[in-house]
Amino acid sequence: MVHVSKVVTIKQSPETVYQFWRRLETLPQFMEHLEAVRVTDPRHSHWVAKAPGGRVEWDAEITEDVPNERLAWQSLHGAEIENRGIVRFRPAPADRGTEVKVDVYYDAPGGAAGATIAKWFGEEPQQQVRDDLRRFKQMMETGEVVRSEGSLEGMGQGVLKQRKAQPPEGRKR
Amino acid sequence: MKAACWMGTQKVEVRDVPEPKILNQRDAIVRVTSTAICGSDLHLYNGFVQPMMKGDVLGHEFMGEVMEVGRSVKNLKVGDRVVVPFAIACGNCWHCQHDMWSLCENSNPNAALVEKAMGHATSGAFGYSHMTGGFAGGQAEYARVPFADVGPLKIENGLTDEQVLFLSDILPTGYMGAEMCNIQRGDTIAVWGCGPVGLFAIKSAYLLGAEQVIAIDRFPYRLEMARQAGAQTLNYEDVESVSETVIEMTGGRGPDACIDAVGLEAHGDGIEYLFDRTKQAVMLESDRPIALRQAITACRSGGTISVIGVYVGLVDKFPLGTIMNRSLTIRSGQCHVHRYMRPLLKRIENGEIDPAAVITHRLPLTDAARGYEMFLKKEDNCEKVVLKPAA
Repeated sequence: MVHVSKVVTIKQSPETVYQFWRRLETLPQFMEHLEAVRVTDPRHSHWVAKAPGGRVEWDAEITEDVPNERLAWQSLHGAEIENRGIVRFRPAPADRGTEVKVDVYYDAPGGAAGATIAKWFGEEPQQQVRDDLRRFKQMMETGEVVRSEGSLEGMGQGVLKQRKAQPPEGRKR
Repeated sequence: MKAACWMGTQKVEVRDVPEPKILNQRDAIVRVTSTAICGSDLHLYNGFVQPMMKGDVLGHEFMGEVMEVGRSVKNLKVGDRVVVPFAIACGNCWHCQHDMWSLCENSNPNAALVEKAMGHATSGAFGYSHMTGGFAGGQAEYARVPFADVGPLKIENGLTDEQVLFLSDILPTGYMGAEMCNIQRGDTIAVWGCGPVGLFAIKSAYLLGAEQVIAIDRFPYRLEMARQAGAQTLNYEDVESVSETVIEMTGGRGPDACIDAVGLEAHGDGIEYLFDRTKQAVMLESDRPIALRQAITACRSGGTISVIGVYVGLVDKFPLGTIMNRSLTIRSGQCHVHRYMRPLLKRIENGEIDPAAVITHRLPLTDAARGYEMFLKKEDNCEKVVLKPAA
């Protein structure tokens, strides 16, 4: 089993942050490996993730939903990678907003979770989740994912995948 | 368009590059009318600030005319004249809301890299390596300005470019250096480095009530500019020990506060300089803190060390024992430019500061490579180079 745990503080109320996260369809806007989430009924959803050389799909159900406090889910039988997780929303001190803590647990049949996760997310699933949360924070605080000329898609590409800090092609004034 | 690009250590080329476009809805595109080479650009030029990629557009001091705004920018319109702060800041996060703009939590797409190196991330900045986000800089005909609804300062009073351009960085940086000294009546402030930031620190120290300012450098023309700004000067090449001399100049007390406006490429005399130079050359030390050590040694017990010169990594022989036992306070930071732009514009309007006085060279953008070289080598008494894209 692989356990990934990361936390970020977002300068918004728990209500605002929870409500954004609860609209599961919007998660791919800041979760880099997710392609789409389709909500099928109030407790069930279908997830499509990008994977090297294709995509992975699974169904998930919400196992616990306490508005503005926590949201837990697990994948349903038949998922290539079994996963479950919980997001906790906790007020931060004074005017600091909300601490959003994500715990995700992955398991694969035959105990191959580590290798399969690495195939999906690269060698650093912690960093993936950290970057996802940072993009989430950018959206919640500034309205969108911040892009630079070196990181046209926004953060998380790492320095090795950067392009030079020069405007992209395709425009003449 | 033409832009000054970093092409390797001590290699700047003006190249044809694509024109910038809106990437976020809070962006603006500015036609650059004036831009400058900063002392901290020399750290990039000399290869001390990394990672850089060949072709990175340089420049974080610039101003110009708004050509286009993203959907979410309501406070600017096409044709507005603006000065752009070098730090890119969202205005929404906790640090921005607490007036600490260079610590913006959202503006650096390479936050992960900075976090690994420094523990926490810092803001994005224009044209200043991929450590600060990989943003294209302003030594170009056009520049994209993220968070244009927050950063750019509108200039509506007919002041010339040269009077307001330095609100983008070096004037606020020098001012913050003096402000961090918490100057009280009767205080003597010593300023290491008489580049443009040092000169603005001298000027600001007087504006904030300093009794006396002592300025330290080795170039006679820079010391002369410091004298003109009202400072008593010390050429460190003329003395055996800088800190002892500074202590002697202050009745044996030491300056009440010391400003390091030099940073990681300090020069000096003797064995200590050779030690740092050598360690830096073989990458055992990233920064040479010679000025900073002198400042710490010279400072009055209980005084303040204000660090505005740029450091990037690790230093050796840092006199922590002196700091602890003599109750010194260290204050530092990349300038929170947004905090100072409006008040300093007022001071310029009132004639309290004449920022244009630091300019010694005006070149067309196409001569950027020459500008970097002469600034580095201090040729022709070079203090500050302004580049004009339209020239």
